[in-house]
Amino acid sequence: MGYSLHFDAVWSNFDSLMSGLVIGLVMALISLIAGTVIGLLGAFISRGSVAGRWLVGIYVMLIRNLPLLVIVLLLYFALPQLGIRLDKYKSFICALSLYSGAYLIEVFRGGLSSVPVGQVEAARAIGLTRIQTNLYVVMPIMFRNVLPSLSNTFIGIFKDSSIAAAIAIPELTFEARRINTNTFRVVETWLIVSSLYVVTCSVMSFILQRIERRFPKF
Amino acid sequence: MDAFLNQLWIARWPLVDGLLTTLQISLAAIVIGTIIGVLVGVQLTYGSFVSRIPFRLYVEIMRGTPVLVSVLAAFYIPSVMGLSLTAKMAGILALSFFAGAHIAELTRGSLQSIPVGQIEAGRSIGLTFRQIVVNVLFPQALRSALPPWINTGVELIKGSSLLSLIGVAELLLNTQEVIGRNFMAIQFYVFSGCIYLVINIALDQAARTFDRR
Repeated sequence: MGYSLHFDAVWSNFDSLMSGLVIGLVMALISLIAGTVIGLLGAFISRGSVAGRWLVGIYVMLIRNLPLLVIVLLLYFALPQLGIRLDKYKSFICALSLYSGAYLIEVFRGGLSSVPVGQVEAARAIGLTRIQTNLYVVMPIMFRNVLPSLSNTFIGIFKDSSIAAAIAIPELTFEARRINTNTFRVVETWLIVSSLYVVTCSVMSFILQRIERRFPKF
Repeated sequence: MDAFLNQLWIARWPLVDGLLTTLQISLAAIVIGTIIGVLVGVQLTYGSFVSRIPFRLYVEIMRGTPVLVSVLAAFYIPSVMGLSLTAKMAGILALSFFAGAHIAELTRGSLQSIPVGQIEAGRSIGLTFRQIVVNVLFPQALRSALPPWINTGVELIKGSSLLSLIGVAELLLNTQEVIGRNFMAIQFYVFSGCIYLVINIALDQAARTFDRR
């Protein structure tokens, strides 16, 4: 043994940990927004026609059963072979958006089927067009119903953003690994980094629960 | 295409070895994870408030940290504690703890969904607590816990790809090495991706079949 804890080395690098945390959060947020777009499109398409349901189903099945790391490496190292060259941030955000999109399609599909049919019929009866019905009646009810799953997905995406370390994006896990190898304060580094993740996730879920409570339930 | 098949034939053994390592890691992790998870899950459901605290803490910490962080921590920390684990053992350790936390929550969920009357009935015919858990609760909990348990297996196979980052020669790392030799990035990433897909979709379908019963 003979190992005593010295946190100084980690505290002196705390700035880079914090900037790593922010990079992770920003990437997660962008991916959540892009993933929501994919999820909404997918959910509506799979409602539209049988062919659409098939296509969306295949997309969801492919993405959900592939490791995220494979998708990330595929976009970053293999796409340039086809002439598509993205920098590491863009390619990672694309990968994370595609990945979260598949999960969000499931979430929104569930949300859509939770909207009472009577609401839709009532909207149609007072003369709203199909688009208006979806926009003003279905979407607000659906969003309220999926809010808890949406927050869970966001926390999941934030945790998955740690995989960006694999393509040298300086987010929290990457910085932790750097501090670990530079200072050899192994235990302290991982103790602090995992607490940072746990605290961030708990704070996020607390805030998101607060937001959920502000909206009435259907 | 011919060039790819040619390269695939040359690279067949590293890929087969990698696949076997991936399966071996996932299998070890699901076995250890299930043991941890069931024990912790029973404790979380029926333990006293105080005895639940450390287990709750374990579950919350594992669920709040990314798998990659646990993998890296399990890889680096034991060496300074004077334990020498191979990268593969460290990876299995991290994945087992990850699976354990998930399975604990899953066990708790399905145990709590069993009506209290079942426990009371068991007690009134004179069964001990252990007998109630083993003979009355587990058979019923198994039915609702089996599909999500199989999905944990899918998560583990996906998660085992992270061990490539600590140098475990599993499927993804071997694929990367093959690509390093022949520069066919798309072909080989897609090929390995397909292997992951086949295994995971098969497991997913199994979970769905059990779900319907």
